[in-house]
Amino acid sequence: MLQRLEHLLGIEDLTREQISFILDQAKPFQEFQRHPLKKLATLRGKTVALAFFENSTRTRISFATAAARLGADTMNLQAEASSLKKGESLLDTVRTLEAMRPDGIVIRHSSSGAPEFIANRLGVPIINAGDGTHEHPTQALLDALTIRDRKGQLEAWNLTILGDVLHSRVARSNIHLLSKFGVRTTLCGPAMWVPRELETLAPNVRRVTRIEEALDGADVIIALRVQTERLHEPALAAEEYILRYQLTPQRLQLARPGALVLHPGPMIRGLEIDDAVADGPQSCVLEQVTNGLAIRMALLYHLVGGAAVEPPLAKVPDKAQ
Amino acid sequence: MPRGSGARICPIRILTGFLRCELPAVYVRMRRQMRVVEKRQLLSAEEISRTLQRLAHEIVEKSGGTKDLALVGVRRRGVPLSERLAKTVKDFSGVDIPVGTIDITLYRDDLSTVGPQPVVHSNEISFSVDDRDLVIVDDVLYTGRTIRAAMNGLFDLGRPKRIRLCVLIDRGHREMPIEATFIGNSVQTSDSEIVEVHLKEIDGDERVVLVDRVP
Amino acid sequence: MPTANDRLLLIKNGRVLDPASKTDATNDVLLEGVRIAKIGANLSAPDAEIFDATGLIVAPGFIDLHCHLREPGQEMSETIETGTRSAARGGFTAVCCMPNTQPVNDNASVTRSIVERAATAGTVEVWPIGAASVGSKGEALAEIAAMKGAGIVAVSDDGKPVATARLMRQVMDYCNSLDLPVIDHCEDPSLFAGGVMREGPRSIRLGLKGIPAESESICAGRDVELAILTRARLHIAHMSTAGALDYVRHAKILGMRVTCEVTPHHFTLCDEDVRYDTNYKMNPPLASRADRTALIAGIADGSVDAIATDHAPHHPASKDVEFDRAPFGIIGFETALALTLSELFHSGKISLTRLVELFTIGPARVLGIERKIAVGGPADLTIFSTDLAWTYRASESPSKSRNTPFDGRTFRGAPVATIVGGQIVYRRELGITAQ
Repeated sequence: MLQRLEHLLGIEDLTREQISFILDQAKPFQEFQRHPLKKLATLRGKTVALAFFENSTRTRISFATAAARLGADTMNLQAEASSLKKGESLLDTVRTLEAMRPDGIVIRHSSSGAPEFIANRLGVPIINAGDGTHEHPTQALLDALTIRDRKGQLEAWNLTILGDVLHSRVARSNIHLLSKFGVRTTLCGPAMWVPRELETLAPNVRRVTRIEEALDGADVIIALRVQTERLHEPALAAEEYILRYQLTPQRLQLARPGALVLHPGPMIRGLEIDDAVADGPQSCVLEQVTNGLAIRMALLYHLVGGAAVEPPLAKVPDKAQ
Repeated sequence: MPRGSGARICPIRILTGFLRCELPAVYVRMRRQMRVVEKRQLLSAEEISRTLQRLAHEIVEKSGGTKDLALVGVRRRGVPLSERLAKTVKDFSGVDIPVGTIDITLYRDDLSTVGPQPVVHSNEISFSVDDRDLVIVDDVLYTGRTIRAAMNGLFDLGRPKRIRLCVLIDRGHREMPIEATFIGNSVQTSDSEIVEVHLKEIDGDERVVLVDRVP
Repeated sequence: MPTANDRLLLIKNGRVLDPASKTDATNDVLLEGVRIAKIGANLSAPDAEIFDATGLIVAPGFIDLHCHLREPGQEMSETIETGTRSAARGGFTAVCCMPNTQPVNDNASVTRSIVERAATAGTVEVWPIGAASVGSKGEALAEIAAMKGAGIVAVSDDGKPVATARLMRQVMDYCNSLDLPVIDHCEDPSLFAGGVMREGPRSIRLGLKGIPAESESICAGRDVELAILTRARLHIAHMSTAGALDYVRHAKILGMRVTCEVTPHHFTLCDEDVRYDTNYKMNPPLASRADRTALIAGIADGSVDAIATDHAPHHPASKDVEFDRAPFGIIGFETALALTLSELFHSGKISLTRLVELFTIGPARVLGIERKIAVGGPADLTIFSTDLAWTYRASESPSKSRNTPFDGRTFRGAPVATIVGGQIVYRRELGITAQ
């Protein structure tokens, strides 16, 4: 019997079975997106707080839509980065949230570990929508669902992740998730953004600096967004990045035929990815968006719905052993 | 009706052949934390088969033919029942009527009270529901809440012309204004009793029994 | 009515361990007033208070070269009174407090205020360290001579490195003429740059910005080169890397007066222990496993001169934030000896004599003073057990702060009594601190 999840803070501590369960549970919600009337009463009367301390339009809208389609109400807390600097501590914000008694909290924050901080202090299910450079578990889940649907299964094939891996929580969550299924991962990008220590994240991870080597034999390619502020630190011209790491149709040919191309979005067309690839038949970006809704609905259904179980079965696991 | 997986502990069964069994075959079975005792068999395998044959004919007759007709089986046991009904219709009329599956988990009205969320499954309705003459098929009609949820689900998909209900057993105790048009068998039951439908596609054996909860 | 000057305290039957005279023998020690009057077997002193030290070690009073008492200016986290009471519980008879208070201790009047406050409210001796630069801003030299007159024992801009090589050289030259050691917190700001833990596989996994070990070693290298140039007395504070240790060794081989200290948390924990718990956030951050091993080897082979706590209290609310935003630092007075006993002595890595050196003559040498158990010497002693089983509970501490990763940990060995100026200022079991 699957251990009930109390929170979704990250992929690292989930088992293969838990991940497969979530992906399987997303399937009915994928089908649901095709209904003419996309409204359920399953979570009617429940409130989901969307606490986005970092700017995000796409993820926030995706969660808001998922909650609404399940019939839940949402509370929107959007803290601009500047108001945080004005001094309201995370703890105070947490207490404010607690006083409003939401049934679930979706949180995105610029500090790694912030969702765990909140989960340790509130008895409310927490879903991590991205914390610092640590994890973005729902992204990895929707990527896995997209890949599984196209390839039939998540087993030992070759994944390549291109771009600024060091600062990418999406990359980390994907590495944690797919390595549990035996996927072999190659990381590639400018050397200062792909340090060798990344190879210690999970088994079967290697890092290369030449895109040709990275794409050779790839079955799935995830192109990461180039965070434009990073281009200045150290100064790396956009042209340099395009020259060495842009995913072009020619480079895509180096991968296995029919290799899938994913991107967490938003894409900077012409920078990390060429238009032709982004819109081509191998691109899965639109499915990623639909699957994002399905995954988030499945998670809200399981974490926020239903009665509380006494005592909670899956406590936040201790990270240091 | 949702059922857990049972683990037979010490079965003592008296073989009764194909006769309706009046002798209580007493055995204790662990089903989740509940112990049940079989009281009597309601339908044997052959009786189920005959009932379904009769229902299939009734449906086609009372629908004036197979035009726009479609069956929707309610997960779980409504599904093999609807498939068998469709096969019977094909056998005597040559027509393939569409069959779909509906999962009502997301439409239940008792989710906040059941503890951890039940597993959801997909619907599988490959035809359009608009302007269809639908017959919902389920094994047992009891409070009517399952059928209420099934109708909610169907209306999310479109606008059927008509919806009617076909059940193998109607056991009374309605809590909703819901009526079945096509009924296999009506049975008087008390609240502590459970009607268990065993179908070979799901349970291995084939019969309908009335069991009672052991306090 | 006995006055302070003729108060008699007879410590009976302890194992007297005095590294300065290379003694390790069971003996009685008679304290009279603020001096040690007699050392010998089976002493008798009919009017004396007796302290039975059977089964215990009697060592010279421990000195902590590095702590933060937060007074003046940050009294919500700690005061001289609460900090020194905590120090006494840790067996320390004297502590050196860093100047990063508010205002910074960069002139004689702040120094005097600390000294005076310690005289009234302190439980143990407080020896202030003065700032190297005005406000520790790294621009102009502070009034070091005036501060020396007021009682500082060293200079440092701790919390930060001395800002430039040029300023460090000036500080070293000037302090030479005043015969004061210069203590540096070694860090390269451009490599440190917003980091919160040691850079490595663990920082990558946790998604926390890492600080490479080279941030410390590059600055230590700079300081050692300058110490060689100026012949200064240089002391590397809270050393946490093999790289810095190598520079210190190099300087010692050349006969330079370069010394260093290591904190108990740096030889107990490593970066792999870090989690989203701000009690694991300090500066310098917990080191890599390899660096920790090198530090322990340096402690064993004599390259490391002292163990210092870097007791850095922060009131609980300020640490109860996301890891990124928490201030650096943990408290440490009360766990220092116990951690040293468990990680270094009970594990067989150092002898008991070496352990006592690290708390007594090691720090004393850095400060240019003596620390010994000798007739006529000051009656400052630390009496401890190597075997007493106990559990550390931060909530029981007289400190105002609770920021420690060791709360609830059980230990084998503890300070049992702390004697300052002939008075027992801390005694275990009763747990009272005499004033």
